[in-house]
Amino acid sequence: MALQSLDITRRSATTTPSPGQRRTMEVAKLIDVTKCIGCKACQVACMEWNDLRDDVGINHGVLDNPTDLTENSWTVMRYAEVELEPGKLEWLIRKDGCMHCANPGCLKACPAPGAVVQYSNGIVDFHEENCIGCGYCITGCPFNIPRLSQKDSKVYKCTLCSDRVAAGLEPACVKTCPTGAIVFGSKEAMLHHAEERIADLKSRGFAKAGIYDPKGVDGTHVIYVLHHADKPEIYSGLPKDPSIGAMVELWKGATKPLASLALGAVAAGAFIHYVTKGPNEVSEEIEKEFEE
Amino acid sequence: MTNHWVDIKNANVIVVMGGNAAEAHPCGFKWVTEAKAHNHATLLVVDPRFTRSASVADYYAPIRTGTDIAFLGGVINYLLSHDKIQHEYVKAYTNATFIVNEGYKFDEGLFSGYDEPGRKYDKSTWSYEIGADGFAAVDETMQHPRCVLQLLKQHYSRYTPEAVSNICGTPKDAFLKVCETIATTSAPNRALTFMYALGWTQHSVGSQMIRTAAMVQLLLGNMGVAGGGMNALRGHSNIQGLTDLGLLSDLLPGYLTLPRENETDYQAYVDKRTQKPVRPGQMSYWQNYPKFHVSLMKSWYGDTATRDNNWCFDWLPKLDKVYDVLQVFELMFHGKLNGYVCQGFNPLAAFPNRAKLSKAMSQLKYLVVIDPLATETSCFWENHGEFNDVDPATIQTEVIRLPSTCFAEENGSLTNSGRWLQWHYKGAEPPGEAKPDVDIIAGIFLKLRELYKKEGGAFPDALMNLTWNYRIPHAPSPEELAMEYNGKALADLTDPKDPTKVVLKKGQQLDGFAQLKDDGTTSSGCWIYSGAWTEKGNMMARRDNSDPSGLGNTLNWAFAWPANRRVLYNRASCDPSGKPWDPKRTLVYWDGAKWTGPDVPDFKADSPPSEGMNPFIMQAEGVGRLFALDKMAEGPFPEHYEPFETPIDTNPLHPKVISNPAARVFKGDLEAFGKGKEYPYAGTTYRLTEHFHFWTKHTKLSSIMQPEQFVEIGEELAKEKGIKAGDRIKVWSHRGFIKAVAVVTKRIRPLTVNGQTVHHVGIPFHWGFKGVAKSGYLANTLTPFVGDANTQTPEFKSFLVNIEKV
Amino acid sequence: MKVTRRQFFKISAGGLGSSSIAMLGFSPGEAQAEVRTFKLARSTETRNTCPYCSVSCGLIMHSLGDRAKNAESAIFHIEGDPDHPVNRGTLCPKGAGLVDFIHSENRLKYPEYRAPGSREWKRISWDEAFTRVARLMKDDRDKNFIAKNAAGVTVNRWVTTGFLAASASSNESGYITHKAIRSLGALAFDNQARV
Repeated sequence: MALQSLDITRRSATTTPSPGQRRTMEVAKLIDVTKCIGCKACQVACMEWNDLRDDVGINHGVLDNPTDLTENSWTVMRYAEVELEPGKLEWLIRKDGCMHCANPGCLKACPAPGAVVQYSNGIVDFHEENCIGCGYCITGCPFNIPRLSQKDSKVYKCTLCSDRVAAGLEPACVKTCPTGAIVFGSKEAMLHHAEERIADLKSRGFAKAGIYDPKGVDGTHVIYVLHHADKPEIYSGLPKDPSIGAMVELWKGATKPLASLALGAVAAGAFIHYVTKGPNEVSEEIEKEFEE
Repeated sequence: MTNHWVDIKNANVIVVMGGNAAEAHPCGFKWVTEAKAHNHATLLVVDPRFTRSASVADYYAPIRTGTDIAFLGGVINYLLSHDKIQHEYVKAYTNATFIVNEGYKFDEGLFSGYDEPGRKYDKSTWSYEIGADGFAAVDETMQHPRCVLQLLKQHYSRYTPEAVSNICGTPKDAFLKVCETIATTSAPNRALTFMYALGWTQHSVGSQMIRTAAMVQLLLGNMGVAGGGMNALRGHSNIQGLTDLGLLSDLLPGYLTLPRENETDYQAYVDKRTQKPVRPGQMSYWQNYPKFHVSLMKSWYGDTATRDNNWCFDWLPKLDKVYDVLQVFELMFHGKLNGYVCQGFNPLAAFPNRAKLSKAMSQLKYLVVIDPLATETSCFWENHGEFNDVDPATIQTEVIRLPSTCFAEENGSLTNSGRWLQWHYKGAEPPGEAKPDVDIIAGIFLKLRELYKKEGGAFPDALMNLTWNYRIPHAPSPEELAMEYNGKALADLTDPKDPTKVVLKKGQQLDGFAQLKDDGTTSSGCWIYSGAWTEKGNMMARRDNSDPSGLGNTLNWAFAWPANRRVLYNRASCDPSGKPWDPKRTLVYWDGAKWTGPDVPDFKADSPPSEGMNPFIMQAEGVGRLFALDKMAEGPFPEHYEPFETPIDTNPLHPKVISNPAARVFKGDLEAFGKGKEYPYAGTTYRLTEHFHFWTKHTKLSSIMQPEQFVEIGEELAKEKGIKAGDRIKVWSHRGFIKAVAVVTKRIRPLTVNGQTVHHVGIPFHWGFKGVAKSGYLANTLTPFVGDANTQTPEFKSFLVNIEKV
Repeated sequence: MKVTRRQFFKISAGGLGSSSIAMLGFSPGEAQAEVRTFKLARSTETRNTCPYCSVSCGLIMHSLGDRAKNAESAIFHIEGDPDHPVNRGTLCPKGAGLVDFIHSENRLKYPEYRAPGSREWKRISWDEAFTRVARLMKDDRDKNFIAKNAAGVTVNRWVTTGFLAASASSNESGYITHKAIRSLGALAFDNQARV
């Protein structure tokens, strides 16, 4: 009854349909960047809960440690010292990690059956035992989240604590957050919570305060409240309009049962090229192939 | 804290100054974000650095380290000159109306009575004028030229916005913006809270910084109200408790004080501390001093303590001076201390001027360290290369290291900053043979007793007669000890109103300190903790978190001293007639027959408003002191004095008196102070949110989050010095140097002070030569060996350094 | 069916689109793997208080073993106590990592002794430790105790051995420490409050 522990709606590289009758509440994690003090409690709680320990690194001249996501650091704080108006410093601190896209690029890109799954509550999870270490999910992700482990050639990322959520608890990062910058609940409740926060921010002079729930991936199950929602890129490069690359979409399209075998072969070849050489070269190449 | 953590949510304006709550107390800071989100509160942060607290503030104002009195004195001037005070409160509940002794003067940076060679004051003129009725004289109109309000106006009239900006480096508009926001809370329906920590205490004028803020709160009518108060955010989990229990050179439990050596007469000793009211009809709660003292002595010496031997008064050691930690290390440095016993403390890292500390410890005959972790102190004799370059062979100190349990491995209570005593439970056995601190102290003590019994020796009376009736003498249980400090009836106690009615039988636990007696019929090891373990059981273990008033006063959660009261001075939340200033934040009120409400009234429960008893019942005046009388070392009004190491080498207010004239400076340390010419930058040490002092470098998770020692400097200074982020830099003071990675940031900006540019150098202090994080230098290598004139808390926050790229 | 990376490339290189596998109704057995098993299902919970700052957050410590006689408890996870009025389940980065404090490789396990001039620690027994500490203290006290000062006034003080009390130990520990140490006449006795 494994599929029912958290109902799986989609599995990578798999076409047998998942059980589809039951519907569970769509969940979301809201990260209110305007309340975040960058304390890294979420990072510690994540490591502690998931029994991970990253390396004790070195200081690189910034406060950020670990400095990037790794197979052991599934979430990190990204710090940006920004002056939108001269002399008015803002220290924008954003918790980075998996966005749990409604339309997940990782899942679409993944060629290993069942290595990436999406539950009906919206969580996108990696089942590492199925992972073949190809790294396609990394390319498929518009947020640059998954990380390949050198130790076991598997890819790791935030699970939104699917184990806790399955047991009826909030994720570890959410629970620990000292200032309530991270909250968790139904997606509907989170959107409502965000509205309240945005009203408060507007009353404090942040005219462009808003929510980040990007449409390019059909929305996410990790959403942000930003003081400057018109400029997500100032938050350490949060993508303005993230979307799944054309190649990933095509590759995934090719896996559909009714797609032709020939197109599938072309797409597979091109896709491998895409993930190894990068999107620009590939797009040219595939355009050419289609022209032919 | 006069209030408590959850109460912060009731504030309208929150000032984080002299602290960095978001970083050092993140989970308490949630009540700031809560106040912002649901009480539309405004958060102001005043700090030399744009901190994590500043990152979520509505307004941030920079300030030069060590100049907070100038800033807050400027706020007082603003409030008085813009008439932004809560008049009725100031008149009724402060000593603004009191008339001061004619001899009181302030001139050119010095108050009347200064003894220059002794670096101290004769404080006799810092007093009230006494009227014909024997009470302090007052002028209700507050027009008398020597009434406190007029003297206050006069004193702070020098603290103009221009003067403040010139001293603090705070831009004038930023200073005024802070003043305007603070001033809004003079309205009775608005409250401001000050949240401060070591950023105020760790200065040579630290206590006066805190006082200045407290005076602002009195003027605004913010003391005693929900969402108001002076909120000291204590640094450690139980430093509130250890202070309450009096583990300081000159204290006894419950803020009772040890006698000086000129106080050898018991009656004179207690009479001096039994403060009589200085205004008619006031409570002056310290009138009960003998009850607290006698009950303590009954706890310690049991049947041996009798009226005939003055409750063993002779057995208490008499002070010739206060042996604070700086004094003790000064003695150790000069070879006058033979032994040192450190329990859960790492002085080699925690006190200033590491070179001096290291040399001092090397002169000890023996050192005993009780700790769960391998601290630098216990390993001070080990060579760790550049981080601890000593030769073990030359260090003749005998060191004994005793492993203790940590929190998870024992039962007991801790007192939080909000004065809540909370009980916790053991979850696992300690590693190896580690023992609880209680058992270790008992082990040493019982062994000593055994030796004294066998061999005799110096004055064994007190130690041989100390009560030790624990079921397992070498392992007293935390429960037994808690019952002991709560206290019990040593005879049947009767109702004072009806002597035939027995309230408590002999041997029963007391309900609270109101039952204490000065005739030897009660015991209590710490009077303010009485009520923690009553006949109803362990009140500290209570877990009902219901909050009927919605103000966060969860009266059935744990136990708060005193008397389970959550907001101190809460009588002041009502006007003189007993009605709350703001009905929405009702803590207590007079219901016609008694004081009642959602908090435990901090008042005589049956004293009607018509009796005129005032809210500050611990004070002999019954009111809050704007004028501190003789309670402070350096003056009855706080005055701006520069740090002992100041980058401007002068005091713009009075160049002849630069630094605190009443601070104690040891010979040799004065010479070790640096000057601005050689050390141009204002250094300051602090915590990071990822670490806790020198403990978490022993934990993997914390070490991953902040692995390596660094120093923060501003972009402008970095450019001047050719330093890039990630470069290794050397930072040195007149006492030594450290090397660390440079973090270059926009969060530290140069300030213009007295016509010159002042750069800050920020020095987090979490690294050392033991731990799982990368080894680093102990940051106290740099800091000066001088303390606050009242508390002797070292001046870690303001000193001078120079820097260069390595 | 297990698909390794090499097999995948083989499939692709052979011109077989994985879509063909899909069209055959491919459904990997491993996809049925559940979410990671919830690790607290039967752990023993103990309430405690964070030992770091003075917010004193409530903790729930989860330990292995159900306190049966033969099971030695080992704490493997700590999270905030949601019922606690102050922290309401939250913990800061230090508190969230407390489990690594408990199990730090630098925890002391045995009484140890370092002789004058020595370069090493030597493990000793508790009895040896208590005996030696008491001997050192007594010798110093007997030699330097001041019963009367120069003016002949009874002062009963001992100021040649200093004591420093903890800042994170319990009130009960603080209480008994004060009681015992003061009974020796000690005045060079302070704690972290001053720092």
